[in-house]
Amino acid sequence: MLEASALRAANHRVEEAPAPLPAAERNPLVVRGLVFETPRQRIIDGVDLELPDNRLTVLMGPNGAGKSVLLRLLHGLLTPSAGTILWNGKPPDGRTRRSQAMVFQAPVLLRRSVLSNLRFALGLRGLGCSRREMLSLLGMLGLEPLADRPARLLSGGEQQRLCLARALALRPEVLLLDEPCANLDPASVLMIEEALMKARAAGTKIILVTHDLFQARRVAERIVFLHRGRIAEISPAESFFDTAGSPEARSYMEGRILV
Amino acid sequence: MFKKLTTAFATLALAWSLQAGEPSSAADRFIIVQSTTSTQNSGLFDVLLPKFTEETGIEVRVIAVGTGQAIKNATNGDGDVLFVHAKPSEEKFVADGWGVKRFDVMYNDFVIVGPKADPAGIKGSSDADAALKKIAEAKAPFASRGDDSGTHKKELSLWKAAGVDVKAASGDWYRETGSGMGATLNAAAGMGAYALTDRATWISFKNKGDLAIVTEGDDQLFNQYGVILVNPEKHAAVKAEEGQLFIDWLIGPEGQKAIADYRIEGQQLFFPNAHKETN
Amino acid sequence: MQDFGAAFGLAFHLLAGMDAELVEIVGLSLRVTFAAVFVSCAIGLPLGALLAVSRFPGRQVLVVLFNTLMGLPPVVVGLLVYMMLSNAGPLGVLRLLYTPSAMIIAQAILVTPIIIALSRQVIEDLNNEYSEQFRSLVVPFPRAIAALLWDARFTLVTVALAGFGRAVAEVGAVIIVGGNINHVTRVMTTAIALETSKGDLALALALGLVLLIIALGVNIAAQLLKSTARRRAYA
Repeated sequence: MLEASALRAANHRVEEAPAPLPAAERNPLVVRGLVFETPRQRIIDGVDLELPDNRLTVLMGPNGAGKSVLLRLLHGLLTPSAGTILWNGKPPDGRTRRSQAMVFQAPVLLRRSVLSNLRFALGLRGLGCSRREMLSLLGMLGLEPLADRPARLLSGGEQQRLCLARALALRPEVLLLDEPCANLDPASVLMIEEALMKARAAGTKIILVTHDLFQARRVAERIVFLHRGRIAEISPAESFFDTAGSPEARSYMEGRILV
Repeated sequence: MFKKLTTAFATLALAWSLQAGEPSSAADRFIIVQSTTSTQNSGLFDVLLPKFTEETGIEVRVIAVGTGQAIKNATNGDGDVLFVHAKPSEEKFVADGWGVKRFDVMYNDFVIVGPKADPAGIKGSSDADAALKKIAEAKAPFASRGDDSGTHKKELSLWKAAGVDVKAASGDWYRETGSGMGATLNAAAGMGAYALTDRATWISFKNKGDLAIVTEGDDQLFNQYGVILVNPEKHAAVKAEEGQLFIDWLIGPEGQKAIADYRIEGQQLFFPNAHKETN
Repeated sequence: MQDFGAAFGLAFHLLAGMDAELVEIVGLSLRVTFAAVFVSCAIGLPLGALLAVSRFPGRQVLVVLFNTLMGLPPVVVGLLVYMMLSNAGPLGVLRLLYTPSAMIIAQAILVTPIIIALSRQVIEDLNNEYSEQFRSLVVPFPRAIAALLWDARFTLVTVALAGFGRAVAEVGAVIIVGGNINHVTRVMTTAIALETSKGDLALALALGLVLLIIALGVNIAAQLLKSTARRRAYA
């Protein structure tokens, strides 16, 4: 009896132990000749991209550049018309997605309580999580007092923070975010960015789509600048903002309209 | 708490509902009688059946449809006893082996009812042939059952005897409702039409409106009811013993008396005439 | 037409008097219809959700088919069930003809397409909202179906009520397979048909009013339940 419970406790501990820091090369991403087109237009027009390490990458570009589509292609929600995407040598599918999490621009939440939303996602991965642990996760994003409230009755910012909390609860190796802070109040933006920095520090590979220059400046370690479905520039963040190499990126930052 | 209450309530309601599928009444012994709307609508069964059930403990479940459908259902074995009023069809039913034996039970008569204005001028007539001819000549509206019931069959034979081709007039002055006696009388009352009905239904019918009896008393208008046990050799499920008990009771002194005693507003609706065995 | 006034008076009288026979008929009506709607939901909701979420050749044909079957004529259903359950039919040995079970079967056949077609629409709309998130989370198919059904539960109550409305008001099918046997298979609608054929229009109309009041009661109860639950639980 004693042995059994000790064993259970030990197992429990193993489960709860923070995932070991992924090595820098844990989820290298290699994209070659990626094309995505609809009958009407070519949205991604030959993208080559390598993200070997876990530096926080910001995908930037004007509206319609193809940022969201690229992110969905990487996650495997869309199928490329041509070219390859390899995560750690494997094309995106259900298996790669299980080690990733994505936060969409418009929050999608179940019509249940805040906690139930977390529980649903955790249940999918077979992850156990006590109420206290979930509350502490919610606390990080300022949602603790709302734990038992219906998720769909939260404000936009609260809903988006819950989406991020859900994504983080899954302890993903890769976190993809599609303009998560569009239309949010500064407090929500701050909490989201803090949570992202924490996840980054814990070794999560983060790709963030935004067209908010200030946000990019605050969090980016690497900038990928997308223009008309092609990559105009890939630079380390510090050099990008000081001396953007590509004319597209320069005009964008100067506020000139890019077509 | 709220959730628990709701769940408990829903479970209870569900259990209660699903029990509806179970045979409800305690009476395991029951027979199904395929019969006609006229016997049902007249209220005869409401006094007849409880007496039989009281004496024998056998419940009688009546399916009241047109004679044609009743015979069809009995042919399918969906009944133990057939109790209808279309002698030629009943005799054919027995001859074809679907029924065991036919017994006369009771009779009444048919009457022709029509609007008080009487556009065909047949009020007071006791000659069905002449009355129908006049209706046809005047092209006065006539509401027919048109449903292959005993009354409908009777009506068609009357038209034939009168030498009128009603098929040609169908949809014109001859209107086939394709429904039961009551519905046809409702239609007749609604459009001021003539109609053929059995007297029992007519007496107990409550929506007479402008209608009144215009023709009665012709021998041709005689309406004989017969009862037949469905042949257990054709359908093993037929409860021959109970069915025969019901038939014996019906044509026996108690059943016959109960029929004779049934009255509405002082009028006798059916006249028992069993023991003049036919067939 | 003095029948109208008489009908209202009579309806009130019937309700106030709690006439034993009326109580029995109303009880059977509700039991048969509740059971039929329950069976229909048990079959129709998962099928509707399946149809909403899955993509396969011929799916569109099925969608159109079930939408069409919503208009199934009750008499035809009654006839089909009669032919199946008749002693001369393939299922005659079950001895179900002229029992409440037969009525439940007939009504369930009438209601199931409604549940399938309407829940398909409801779930499809919800799935449009959820599908990308679910694919991102890699939700297994059965879990996705279950989650969609659960999250659409308040709307699905309305779907079930639509089925209830169709079943409780239906006469063509139950009168054929039930036989309108007094104390056994007589329900509100067949009783109305009977009184109409007796020419007792006032009583028929009064029974109709009673039926309407009962349907109203069921709908109010469902609505209250729905709004209370929605307020207490989750929007």
